[in-house]
Amino acid sequence: MTDPTTVVVGAGPAGIRAAEALVRHGLRVVVLDESARAGGQIYRQPPDAFERAYAKRYGFEARKARALHDAAARVLPLADYRPSTLVWNVWQRALDVTRDGRIERVPFDALVLATGATDRLMPIPGWTRAGVYSLGGAQIALKYQDCAIGRRIALLGTGPLLYLVAFQYRKAGANVVAVLDTAPAAAKRRALPQLAASPRTLAKGIFYRAWLASRRVTIEEGVVPLDIAGGERVDAVRYRRDGVERRIDCDAVALGFGLRSETQLADLAGCVFEFDAQDAQWLPRRDADGETSVPGVYVAGDGAGIGGADAAELWGERVGLAIAQRHGRAGADARIAAIDRRLARLARFRAALDRAFAIPALPPGDDTVVCRCESVRAGAARAAIRDFGVVDVNRLKALTRVGMGRCQGRMCGLAAAALVAAESGRDVAAAGRLRAQPPIKPLVMMPSLAPVPARGPSAPQGAAERSTP
Amino acid sequence: MKERVDVDVAIVGGGIAGCCAALRMRRSGLSVCLLEKGAVGSQASGVNFGGVRQQGRDFAELPLSRRSRELWGRLPELVGSDCEFVASGHIKLARSDADVEALDRYAAGAADHGLALELIGRARLRRDYPWLGEHVVGASLAPTDGHANPRLVAPAFGRAARAAGADVREFTRVEEVVRDGDRFRVRAGAIEVASTFLVNAAGAWGGAIAAAFGEPVPIATIAPNMLVTEPLPPLLTRSIGVCGGDIYLRQVPRGNVVFGGGHAWVDLDQERARPLTEISTCAMAEALRIVPALASALVIRSWTGIEGQMPDHLPVIGFSRTTPNLVHAFGFSGHGFQLGPAIGMILDELVREGASESPLDAFDIGRFHNSAQPPHAAGPHNGG
Repeated sequence: MTDPTTVVVGAGPAGIRAAEALVRHGLRVVVLDESARAGGQIYRQPPDAFERAYAKRYGFEARKARALHDAAARVLPLADYRPSTLVWNVWQRALDVTRDGRIERVPFDALVLATGATDRLMPIPGWTRAGVYSLGGAQIALKYQDCAIGRRIALLGTGPLLYLVAFQYRKAGANVVAVLDTAPAAAKRRALPQLAASPRTLAKGIFYRAWLASRRVTIEEGVVPLDIAGGERVDAVRYRRDGVERRIDCDAVALGFGLRSETQLADLAGCVFEFDAQDAQWLPRRDADGETSVPGVYVAGDGAGIGGADAAELWGERVGLAIAQRHGRAGADARIAAIDRRLARLARFRAALDRAFAIPALPPGDDTVVCRCESVRAGAARAAIRDFGVVDVNRLKALTRVGMGRCQGRMCGLAAAALVAAESGRDVAAAGRLRAQPPIKPLVMMPSLAPVPARGPSAPQGAAERSTP
Repeated sequence: MKERVDVDVAIVGGGIAGCCAALRMRRSGLSVCLLEKGAVGSQASGVNFGGVRQQGRDFAELPLSRRSRELWGRLPELVGSDCEFVASGHIKLARSDADVEALDRYAAGAADHGLALELIGRARLRRDYPWLGEHVVGASLAPTDGHANPRLVAPAFGRAARAAGADVREFTRVEEVVRDGDRFRVRAGAIEVASTFLVNAAGAWGGAIAAAFGEPVPIATIAPNMLVTEPLPPLLTRSIGVCGGDIYLRQVPRGNVVFGGGHAWVDLDQERARPLTEISTCAMAEALRIVPALASALVIRSWTGIEGQMPDHLPVIGFSRTTPNLVHAFGFSGHGFQLGPAIGMILDELVREGASESPLDAFDIGRFHNSAQPPHAAGPHNGG
């Protein structure tokens, strides 16, 4: 009997460690990654021609970045590694992918979805102005291409990433004019005892803050964003703190309220989802091995629920070992137990972080654009919800085009569900989640996409004429 | 304790036919309860191409289609929204000499039914439609055809029906339908509906209801394989079909090009359908041949939904052959969207008067059975 093929989607911390565990146990692995170079988002590597020291690029995480890149360099040559490959559909134990402008089908026996996360964005007035970036996007501009997003940069939102990105920008010589955190200082103080369970991580957070303060970067906590002001482009952030309206002039804003898991492939694979109160989103259900409700389909890393890069590496390895065990490779029990203990500790830290940096409720005004792809404003969405008695976010999508555009609701889906919940008087879980539809990211129409018969798809004999809608 | 509802007409299925019928019947003063297992317009009515097309139809359907077209022009007045209906005109393209001949023949027959089509030769095609591919050699234009947003139409009729007093129950799955004396009894979740008339507008599920009344039909399940591009600059001035039916395209006012062709994967028992990659790629390739300027456009989404198809591709419309006061309107075989508004009027006429002003013989359910019995025509409805 030939060994099964495991396909790993994503070559970030989770994907690399999963592939490493599988390769170590002699299993056949295919690694598909959208990027040209391995590392994922957090340890994203620059284009080949760029040279910048690890310490400069990754700061305190340089050692971890180096370790993951080294692991990738060891493991990927032993796997069937396909970079620059977009996975856009899962269907009947195979993936549809686009590589070099052509569609290919990649079958799997086991599948590891290590698809990571994107920023959790909230529609606040002016968030679609030129000059507004997601926090993660701002970080990538710096990490990947040594670019800053502007000359006077404000960071707005909440979460530890806010301070990390501010630190990285300032350290790189960029002009960070303000860090505007919606989470109040009191919440962080209350979470301190639990955060102290991971002293190293906490120390880094405290250091970033102190370092920024010593460089006279304005740090405001407990802010209520009013709008991102300007014309075509951003020229200020207006917010309220302690009942007082304030304004910070800037030419760029990095915006983010924590992270959200990328789950569309698990959805297309048919996985059962459950609402996760901590992550405030629907996530694929998984067992202790990371296996979903679909046998042989696993999720790992931030794509399975937000845990951060360290947890992602552990989850990746954990899933890789579970698959190896499933296929008769013994000897990983002690390692699995050790990983589970570390994951439990990280989960406690994560819960404390959530208390420190709670996701704010920021109901958009009727004029605010919720879905930027389709230019749908909150007022139009609310009217449709009331008018048609909408209780499900997919219905709102059908009626208003919210989430129907090229990002397929990856940016606006959570905000749209919150609108349905608020307007229909239900909780956000009851509003559901936008269903994924292939392709999860756009496909380019090209004659070379796939070989086709001379006259297109054949309709059933005799049916053709009348089946034209 | 079940909630009991007593009405003149129970309608099973909240697609465009059911919703249009509910509105029309309320306007006629009938009491109506519509039962829909999901949200109204979730299946074939909501996921189809959105073609509001008369040309190319079987001649038996043309009188209904012409009647419906008049209603499409009055949507704002009927349901308070135009549902993005655009009378763009529809061109049906010929890609061979045989296609050209077929278009000629069809146009002659359509003229007999009062549908005027303009045949377009190669030279005029190049002049008026320079964006069409070289392999297109001729076309037939139906100037009054067009397209609309299917996701809006059934919900708009459903909302209007509700506003007019119809009892529209969404997420209410019919579990049992029986004839009880001279009434129908419909059990659906927490409610039980008693009615004088039963309208079977259940789309792909319509066959099961017909079978429950002793007249099974050979209905198949199909699913359109639909795709859409990102918004593009205005280009497609007409809705487009082809001889052979393997590709169809339209550009919506927002700029997206909606296109489809072939059939998706579908499983009626699981109530699941999914676009198929091999079908999608073929549709993309043929769309590029028809409109080469689509090269490099981004396809952002694909979708499908569940529809019933009859062997002769004609719907079942009219009275049951087994059961008095049971009226069928299902199995629209992938082209019921445009007919919807007229079907609502026809169902209303059948219930109230026992006959329709539209010719329905071709759609009689008896065509699948060797029955010499005439269909059950009910007497005029006497209210209450």
